[in-house]
Amino acid sequence: MPFIPHTDNDVREMLDTIGVGSIDELFDEIPEALRGVTLESVPSRNTEMEVAQLLRSRAALDAPKQCFIGAGAYEHHIPAAVWEITTRGEFYSAYTPYQAEASQGTLQLLYEYQTMMAGLTAMDVSNASLYDGASALAEAVLMAMRANRKSKSKRVLIPRSVHPAYRKTVAAIVRNQGIVLEELDYSRDGGHIVATDLPDSPGDFAALVIPQPNFFGVLEDTGILTDWAHQHGALVIAVVNPTALALLQPPGEWGVRGADIACGEGQPLGIPLASGGPYFGFMCCKQAYVRQMPGRIAGRTVDVDGKPGFTLTLQAREQHIRRSKATSNICTNQGLMVTAATIYLALLGQEGLARVAAASHAGMRRLLDAISCLPGVTVAFNRPYFHEVVVGLDKPLLPMLEYMAERDVLAGYDLSAEYPELINHLLICVTETKTEAQLDEYVAGLKEALERC
Amino acid sequence: MLIFDKSRTGRRAFGQSPAFSADVDDIPESFRRKTGAALPEVSELQVVRHYTRLSQRNYSIDTHFYPLGSCTMKYNPRACNTLASLPGFSNRHPLAPASTGQGLLACLYELQEMLKDATGMQGVSLAPMAGAQGEFAGVAMIRAYHEARGDNARNEILVPDAAHGTNPATAAMCGYRVKEIPTDTQGDVDLGALRDALGPQTAGIMLTNPSTLGVFERRILDIAKMVHDAGGLLYYDGANLNAILGKVRPGDMGFDVVHLNMHKTFSTPHGGGGPGSGPVGVGERLLPYLPVPMVHWDGESYRWLTENECPRSIGRLSAFGGNIGILLRAFIYARLLGREGMQRVAEYSVLNANYLMVELAKRGFHLAYPQRRATHEFIISLKQQAKEFEVTAMDFAKRLLDYGYHAPTTYFPLLVPECFLIEPTESESKQDLDGFIEAMSAIQVESQERAQTVKTAPHSLSVKRLDDVRAARELDLAWKPKP
Repeated sequence: MPFIPHTDNDVREMLDTIGVGSIDELFDEIPEALRGVTLESVPSRNTEMEVAQLLRSRAALDAPKQCFIGAGAYEHHIPAAVWEITTRGEFYSAYTPYQAEASQGTLQLLYEYQTMMAGLTAMDVSNASLYDGASALAEAVLMAMRANRKSKSKRVLIPRSVHPAYRKTVAAIVRNQGIVLEELDYSRDGGHIVATDLPDSPGDFAALVIPQPNFFGVLEDTGILTDWAHQHGALVIAVVNPTALALLQPPGEWGVRGADIACGEGQPLGIPLASGGPYFGFMCCKQAYVRQMPGRIAGRTVDVDGKPGFTLTLQAREQHIRRSKATSNICTNQGLMVTAATIYLALLGQEGLARVAAASHAGMRRLLDAISCLPGVTVAFNRPYFHEVVVGLDKPLLPMLEYMAERDVLAGYDLSAEYPELINHLLICVTETKTEAQLDEYVAGLKEALERC
Repeated sequence: MLIFDKSRTGRRAFGQSPAFSADVDDIPESFRRKTGAALPEVSELQVVRHYTRLSQRNYSIDTHFYPLGSCTMKYNPRACNTLASLPGFSNRHPLAPASTGQGLLACLYELQEMLKDATGMQGVSLAPMAGAQGEFAGVAMIRAYHEARGDNARNEILVPDAAHGTNPATAAMCGYRVKEIPTDTQGDVDLGALRDALGPQTAGIMLTNPSTLGVFERRILDIAKMVHDAGGLLYYDGANLNAILGKVRPGDMGFDVVHLNMHKTFSTPHGGGGPGSGPVGVGERLLPYLPVPMVHWDGESYRWLTENECPRSIGRLSAFGGNIGILLRAFIYARLLGREGMQRVAEYSVLNANYLMVELAKRGFHLAYPQRRATHEFIISLKQQAKEFEVTAMDFAKRLLDYGYHAPTTYFPLLVPECFLIEPTESESKQDLDGFIEAMSAIQVESQERAQTVKTAPHSLSVKRLDDVRAARELDLAWKPKP
């Protein structure tokens, strides 16, 4: 029997001990009418070899292509050591460190992770993870409502330059609490929020969301936006790409006072693309708001002998203690992904991560320089960018995307469904994984597509 | 020692990042970072050794019996990880065209179908990323259903007092008032109290069955009728589905919506605290509200259904499709088990729990519900030991660590004093259960003869008992370099 170690003899002895004649008898408290399930849609069992054959044949259908799509999930080199260590059984098959003394490995790792994320974002503290970037932003919005004691408003300003799927996720998660999400439009020239377009009297609002880089890859004027929000008594929620932070000003240093909450998608830090998950959301904040933060937090303390050790702390915020008054319903988070990210960040270090970020940017610049010379290609926005760029094409996009996909190149993300005003606009991403030859192939492919489609 | 203590300026894991530092001069200075990021500067071997050593300070299923009640810490087959990590699966971008993901989507679609059957539901969405998000989706669907009918006075969710904390927290997150329903002396929901609580304000009830008290709610059909008659819906928390997988289905019990925990019942890794995965299944009435995306088969190929095709959906819970790699592991597990194996999950997890319960009772441990059958888990109370020897459940738990066993869930559910919630799971052998029984007996004897040994446990781990109070009072949540 797969994964069941009992011998016939064991079963007999155990039933005798219990004092019943059969395993079925152990279910005798369940009403008779409810028993007798058949599970017709579940196939009969297969051996590991048979299942492996099935999965290999299916994985082969999903053969990887050269991917120039970013849009919230980014292909980076993942050092072999990251997942070799992360999938050690001691990390892989442990649970939430409720028994701290028997979970020092996971707890110390979480403390190191929190230190690294607080350092990257230049914020005071980090939690131990949320589910993904989009749901982390939703939690940040709810947190800002609790943390902003100056404002009674339930309005949150969220730019259209924030990832569309993030905005939808936030809406789905906060809608039942009466929170109003008001969108700010972006500049058609720069693709960013223009400070001079912001209203002088925006009315009372609880928080402003600032993406950096934004969904178009464009860099926002984070300092000006931060100060504007603070002047109006609102908190600032930063949504940032952690790789970019090795290069870009961290949220804790935006404007005069810095952002109040920083969150985002942790996937670029050693997590495979894997069709969208599991990834992890990160969240950092200023010390003053730590008691409003959702999710697990590890802290350093001492044992009875005064030896340093680690434990989950501030649990009075959480659902298992506070129940309906908890900061969130989150329980299980994305521990294993954080394990991988911590090992990734330790291997890369500040210099390594900065090189990854710079190489990604430089690769994008090289590609952009080449394709912007092609007839029929326009660069949509005139602002500094990180590793993604929007280009407009003078022909229908879909046939060109298909043409390039047939040549094993996924050319980018078609923006028209989410931004009707950006019809035939493509969001292209380059990371350090792309060679010069691959960039040249992309240019040649796009040129052909423009000519033939 | 922290990884930061091993750091030296100028050291790096060369070879893990580009060989040259590309120029970024086109990004204006004002956008750039000027301060350090506090990442360690260490070699690759230092990293490998550091984190390998840290791993060795964890108890895990692979190294220890881990009878953590309500968490279903059973064996996570290695094949699930190996096969889910095949390059075709792990390198695919979430926004790549569906034509490049037919293999993955086939697996997810078949998983949806299997979960429909195992829960007795009409539709399944795999989108929620953990049990708590599945709960959120479930209650949000209940709310959407009432709102669509203009039934707006329903502002209350009922939750038994034994429920997991995520239940009331979820109801609050969905904008509902929470009313707790007491439990009767036999561990069943108090039907009189339930009847009194039901009314035109009732949106629904959240139930775990078997409950967190380790017993099957015997009058579930009566409860379903009462709640439905009052116009409310029933939400099934799948935390304890392991006890009835392939034996009894929530849909047949009368539930309208159910969430499952893949990291429990379908043996995906707990990962030191996630990732989980909490698919939701619904009956006819809630079908239009399922969260997106869902996998659709149109007779020729698979594709994702999104907000566009499902306009009444409660929406999207993550940027992409949820914890897909975890769902893939669950699919592989389901195929390795097959139909017969799935039914054995319930049978042998219940056999193990009842055996352990009877043996522990024989050794003098007090059962919370001695007249009841155990399901896949059961509760003992150490109230007697606390009173006689001043040895608490927590002391007992810490001493178990010295004996090489992860402790059961302690102090939950809250209504049984000094309790252990013990869940052995089906993948443990009789020998291992017997070893645990001996350890419990030995600690019992120690409590009488050498209580101090138990009260100061653990003695054999990398640290002794930790000061939780200090951790919360003198917050130290991140390392800071010495000035």
